[in-house]
Amino acid sequence: MGNSMTEQTQTPETQSAPSSQEDKPDIIRVEQMHKWYGDFHVLKDLNLTVKQGERIVICGPSGSGKSTFIRCINRLEEHQQGKIIVDDVELTDDVRHIDTVRREVGMVFQHFNLFPHLTVLENCCLSPIWVRKIPRKEAEATAMEYLERVKIPDQANKYPGQLSGGQQQRVAIARALCMKPKIMLFDEPTSALDPEMIKEVLDVMIELAGSGMTMLCVTHEMGFAKTVADRVIFMDGGEIVEEAPPHEFFSHPKEPRTQKFLQQILQH
Amino acid sequence: MKKQTIDSRPAGPKPWYDPRVRSLFFQAVVIAFVFWGGWTLVDNTLSNMESRGISTGFGFLDESAGFAIIMSLVPYDATMSYGRTFWVGLTNTLLVSAMGVVAATILGFLIGVARLSNNWLVAKISLVYIEVIRNIPLLLQIFFWYFAVLSNLPSPRQSVDVGGTVFLNNRGLYLPEPLTQDGFGLVWGAIIVAIVAVVGLKRWAKRRQLATGEIFPTFRVGLAIVVLLPVLAYFVAGQPLVWDIPALKGFNFGGGITLIPELAALWIALSLYTASFIAEIVRSGILSVSKGQTEAAHALGLPNGLTLRLVVIPQAMRVIIPPLTSQYLNLVKNSSLATAIGYPDLVAVFMGTTLNQTGQAVEVVAITMAVYLTISLLISLFMNIYNRAVAIKER
Repeated sequence: MGNSMTEQTQTPETQSAPSSQEDKPDIIRVEQMHKWYGDFHVLKDLNLTVKQGERIVICGPSGSGKSTFIRCINRLEEHQQGKIIVDDVELTDDVRHIDTVRREVGMVFQHFNLFPHLTVLENCCLSPIWVRKIPRKEAEATAMEYLERVKIPDQANKYPGQLSGGQQQRVAIARALCMKPKIMLFDEPTSALDPEMIKEVLDVMIELAGSGMTMLCVTHEMGFAKTVADRVIFMDGGEIVEEAPPHEFFSHPKEPRTQKFLQQILQH
Repeated sequence: MKKQTIDSRPAGPKPWYDPRVRSLFFQAVVIAFVFWGGWTLVDNTLSNMESRGISTGFGFLDESAGFAIIMSLVPYDATMSYGRTFWVGLTNTLLVSAMGVVAATILGFLIGVARLSNNWLVAKISLVYIEVIRNIPLLLQIFFWYFAVLSNLPSPRQSVDVGGTVFLNNRGLYLPEPLTQDGFGLVWGAIIVAIVAVVGLKRWAKRRQLATGEIFPTFRVGLAIVVLLPVLAYFVAGQPLVWDIPALKGFNFGGGITLIPELAALWIALSLYTASFIAEIVRSGILSVSKGQTEAAHALGLPNGLTLRLVVIPQAMRVIIPPLTSQYLNLVKNSSLATAIGYPDLVAVFMGTTLNQTGQAVEVVAITMAVYLTISLLISLFMNIYNRAVAIKER
């Protein structure tokens, strides 16, 4: 990545990752954050600090507010109380703050959300050209680099409608990376994919994790959580119920709700 | 199993059970009926006209019309031919249609976008506008503007006077008319040069953006060129323009340009009415683009304006264009309601007065229908070409 990464390289397999990251600066701080949809209290008193380069997996039953939570981090959803500070910028109603944060935070959606009227390459270049104001040639070169990384450079001139789900999701990842973000958010990136396509997307994400990118990932892929995450967060009913390194989380969950959830998803 | 195979063996159905034979038969029957009906009509008309001594043919177009028309874009007076009244009516129809299409499109897009605004008041005002305007018959609205609003303006002697150059009264809106003098050619030249320059500028700006990424303020600089260059030429050429300012002569104003109340009422009513439909079309087009598209654009850091321009509108256009075309066609055809307030459009002048005076019903109606058909098909053609240009290329 083109970002200011420190010399120490991290491998995705490091299980004892948290200790190596204590000296890194905080990149996301969420403090006593609440969110309501009308009268419905979706997110309750969330607190989270993410250090640069940390990889966090958020899991929980459906309706637990995990997607809403990460969508608050780039202000696709508004929070009503508390603070969210991303890369030293606090998210308020100020449009300039929102734009600044969004430039530094990439996001990958469950349903890809590629722009169907633009080619794969144009999808990747749109924002670098119009927001970062990078010359087209340069933007295209960068885009090709990332398409290479997600292993579909040969599809660059096709339209999204011509690609398979797995390919589309890899393009979506490349498109987000083209903005050279400091943080990547993944909102159930494999939930809409056929089983045989899940692996190709997870491979790309594991490779990305290895490069030192700060990642927040809402997913049900527990294998991915075990190999990649520095911390696993379990949410239920709009609250953070448990937060632990993966080996601890999966072998010795403390809370009964976590135990119940793990039982249900790991049974088969 | 065995029985079934025997039963379903293609035995060759009786012809009246064969769908292909059936469909051919029914098509033949329909065609026979259409031809018989058409032939009866023509034959009946011809024999009736013959028995009443009405001549057929288009010779009447060269006869003198002998009636006056209150507004015409082409030179016209009562001594001219019926053929001339056709052109007067046609140009008047085209004028109000073109003015209506432009105004309805601009207004419709604005109201359609406003209807989706996050601003509660703006959204509700648009909603009320749409629901009120599109649910009242157009003819009623034309009458409203003509009889209730424009007829109640003050009489010429009490005209609303804007700086002694523009006058508004119940006979119309009077504007000063620019009369070009010798040397105005320089200004025309400057306008052409300015347009060429802006096209060149736009290309250059695009190339530069591709090469360096910098976005040039094309619109503002282009606007400056288009305005300043002709103004400069105007002064260099020694201000070769005099204004014919309307003035009160007897009971009414003379000189200048007049926008007659018939045209104004028809234009306002057609534009407002069609705009309410276009607004709903625009709204549905924008809503047809999934929320995920906007979210993805926002997540990439694109601000609202760019998201609308680069992501939402291009996708909405393919949904908007086909129904928008029908609205344009409706507007052109609805302009024939001009007859009701006496705006001299094609139907009022040609199918009204000319038909009454000559009695050449078949010829006049045929010509008029052919004209509307041609206008409509031309609009459809251009909109289809445009639609193909903005269509999404998939697969």
